[in-house]
Amino acid sequence: MAPPEVAGRNGQALLQLRDVHASYGPIRALHGVSVSVPSGSIVALLGANGAGKTTTLRAVSGMVKTQGRISFDGRDITNGRPEEVARLGIAHVPSGRGTMTQLTVWENLQMGAYMRRDRGAIKRDFDRVTGYFPWIRERRQQVAVTLSGGEQQMLAIGRALMMRPRLLLLDEPSLGLAPLIVRQIFEIIATINREEKLSTLVVEQNANLALKIAAHAYVLEVGRIVLEGSASELARHESVRKSYLGD
Amino acid sequence: MRRDYLNWAIGVVGVALLLVVPNVTDQFQTFMFAQVAAYAVAVVGLNILTGYSGQISLGNGAFMAIGSYTTALLTARAGWPVYLTIPVGGLLAGLVGLLVGIPALRLRGIYLALATFALALSVTPVLNNYDKFTGGHLGVGFKAVTPPFDIPLSNEQWLYFLGWIVFFLLFVPAWLLLRGRTGRAWMAVRDSETAAAANGIGLAYYKTLAFGISALYAGVAGSLLVIDFAYVNPDSYNLNLSLQLLVAMVIGGLANIWGPLFGALLVVWLPYVAEKAVNSKPDLAFGALLIVVVFLAPNGIAGLLRRGLLTLRGRRQEASQTTGALEATPAEADQIAT
Amino acid sequence: MDLLLAGFSFTALIQQIVSGAGAGAVYATLALALVLIYRAMDVANFAQGEMAMFSTYIAYALVGGDFGLVGAKLGFNGVHLGVAGAFWIGSIVAVVASFGLGILIERVLIRPFEGAPLLTLVIVTLGLFSMVNGLAGFNWGYVFKTFCCPFPQSAVNVGGVSFNYTDLGIIGVTMIILAAMALFFRYTKLGLAMRAASLYPESSRLVGVRTSWMLALGWGLSAAVGAVSGILVAPVVFLDPNMMQSVLLFAFAAAVLGGIESPLGAVVGALLIGILLAVVGTYVPGGENLRTPFALLIIVVVLLVRPAGLLGRPETRRV
Repeated sequence: MAPPEVAGRNGQALLQLRDVHASYGPIRALHGVSVSVPSGSIVALLGANGAGKTTTLRAVSGMVKTQGRISFDGRDITNGRPEEVARLGIAHVPSGRGTMTQLTVWENLQMGAYMRRDRGAIKRDFDRVTGYFPWIRERRQQVAVTLSGGEQQMLAIGRALMMRPRLLLLDEPSLGLAPLIVRQIFEIIATINREEKLSTLVVEQNANLALKIAAHAYVLEVGRIVLEGSASELARHESVRKSYLGD
Repeated sequence: MRRDYLNWAIGVVGVALLLVVPNVTDQFQTFMFAQVAAYAVAVVGLNILTGYSGQISLGNGAFMAIGSYTTALLTARAGWPVYLTIPVGGLLAGLVGLLVGIPALRLRGIYLALATFALALSVTPVLNNYDKFTGGHLGVGFKAVTPPFDIPLSNEQWLYFLGWIVFFLLFVPAWLLLRGRTGRAWMAVRDSETAAAANGIGLAYYKTLAFGISALYAGVAGSLLVIDFAYVNPDSYNLNLSLQLLVAMVIGGLANIWGPLFGALLVVWLPYVAEKAVNSKPDLAFGALLIVVVFLAPNGIAGLLRRGLLTLRGRRQEASQTTGALEATPAEADQIAT
Repeated sequence: MDLLLAGFSFTALIQQIVSGAGAGAVYATLALALVLIYRAMDVANFAQGEMAMFSTYIAYALVGGDFGLVGAKLGFNGVHLGVAGAFWIGSIVAVVASFGLGILIERVLIRPFEGAPLLTLVIVTLGLFSMVNGLAGFNWGYVFKTFCCPFPQSAVNVGGVSFNYTDLGIIGVTMIILAAMALFFRYTKLGLAMRAASLYPESSRLVGVRTSWMLALGWGLSAAVGAVSGILVAPVVFLDPNMMQSVLLFAFAAAVLGGIESPLGAVVGALLIGILLAVVGTYVPGGENLRTPFALLIIVVVLLVRPAGLLGRPETRRV
């Protein structure tokens, strides 16, 4: 079955995974996964633990051996090196945040801006980030390991924004966080997408919130896509409600 | 059981070669092969410690020094019969090895390498310092060893046979240990200490045992070498010696029972060849060989030969399987996330 | 206690401490190089001393025109800097060249072994050790060479205590290098990226850092810093292929004592060791020969009692 090409502004999805298989050594984690992220949208990838959600993101970043084709803005990035994929404009916030714990908040953000040379724009982006997360401004010298989980998640997103990416990959932003914080973070993700038209692929177990902010969604089970459609359709879908929304 | 046939075959060929060699080589060459025997003993020991039980030791030269000086001092100063000093030197070195093995238990990987590196560098200064006991940088010499019981052999031939008889006496027990439960325990410890401990393998016991045996072998090798030269002095026990043992072990073939033989051959002959051909010390060649071997043939010469033999006998699949101590660890299982 | 006697040994002690600190500064520079690579890849570069020795030979060749066998074959022996300050110019060029050589070595010899187990990497550095040592010996021979002199060969007298300009100069240069490196790692983008790349390789790659090249840079910096160590010590102990082996040992001891992940620790450890060795060497009978075993003792005791060293933190590596 040919994957639905969801047309964006350029008539082509910004990120396209076509029949992607991924393995960790001899263990196959993804079986023919096809996902599209249209330009400017939020797409959610749902599934239970072990379904292959994180693997999908890692495949995009070239962190796992992949067969099939992954293209970004028409360009083939399958099995690319993570740093080269990042340089193309893909910001990947890994599961567990990937915070550089011994560095300060400010240094973490600086690392986000590592690839850039435009000092004025970097400063403006820093202001934008502190606009979303005001607490950062006063606590820039704080060592990241002392931040709470929610703050680390915000810092990770901030660091990704400092890359001025064209695509944001978020791996389980809700992991280990209190519901209030999670809602806050999802609101911010939605705001960022709205204000900056930043295409986003969110991987989540928390289907509820993910479906609220996403335009389209996929459901992964044991390495295969079993459902896809608009977020509202999926939210009404029988099996999704039973398995993931606790109805 | 097929593997045993192979090993027996090699053994028979080896013994045949050993008997032939002194009849076709001149005195100097025979003497060199006598040294090969001694180095082979030392490398068997190092192979047990590093190749099989995974403890990196850059300092086995120190244990050789213990054996050497025991033999030299007992023979020259205390008038002991020379051959008796060989087991004594070995046992003394082995005891020290056991003692060293105890603190070594708490030093992981690179730190053990560092500590043994420091050990290797410490030998010469210590020997020089306690010169009243050791004879200092003048060394200790004694009357050259001659064939006993009027056996009709030249000195060099006798030393040759002495060396290889001792090698054989030590090789067989090592071989038995390595193919038995002890060897498997050592390899289990090398491959994963946590898994080994979880399977009830006494880490402390096997690790210190490896150190002790390795030191014992090195001590015997040291004794043999001193008997060969009838002279010992501190300068011989510098870092270079320990590095030579390491080179011999790696190039010969880590964790392979025949590796030490190839390694010892290389390490004794290459310096001589290098001197004659290019008029230089062999360090450059050793270093380059080491890196090339580790990159292209991590199982050393013995490994290459084994692969060659297996391929010839049509067992290509088994040939391409590598079971070395130098194989990279596979991708972590914890990379498998959701 | 006779005041005069007390004064005399006090002065001598100060002098020993200063000259010990001078030696310690040399160990510190090499220890810094070791710590750099250890932080970047969790491996002690056993060849660091030999690389430093080779760099010193390069400086020696540039300054004095003795390019060894290769120079003789290619016909440029005798070409040298005949200017005042030649020592410094030649040395700086050698340090810069070492930076490049360090990068080259990483790309050619270390990169192919990315992800290899520890034993392999140790063997590779030992192979490098042998190669560099053999190369230097082959080209320049094993005869001791004089390589003079960065600092005036005299001493200055302060309050009755005599301080060698050499010792002071070595300490000064080392402090400058330490400060430069601290500033580099703390305040520059590249320094930050190198720190991040070694502590958090995965996260760094995700923000676009080419971690492989960061490692190469680390080797380059390391080689350059090591070169300084060799150049500083050669005038004192005379230049020969085995000159750096004991320096390496003491540098290792310093790094272990101070904390093998801490640059400041390495320097503090080195100064301590330098001073202790000087005191032991002077006031303990037979102390000269016991320096090496003393270093062994330090290494073993520290690793058994407090593996993180004086200033090290038991750091957990995360991605």
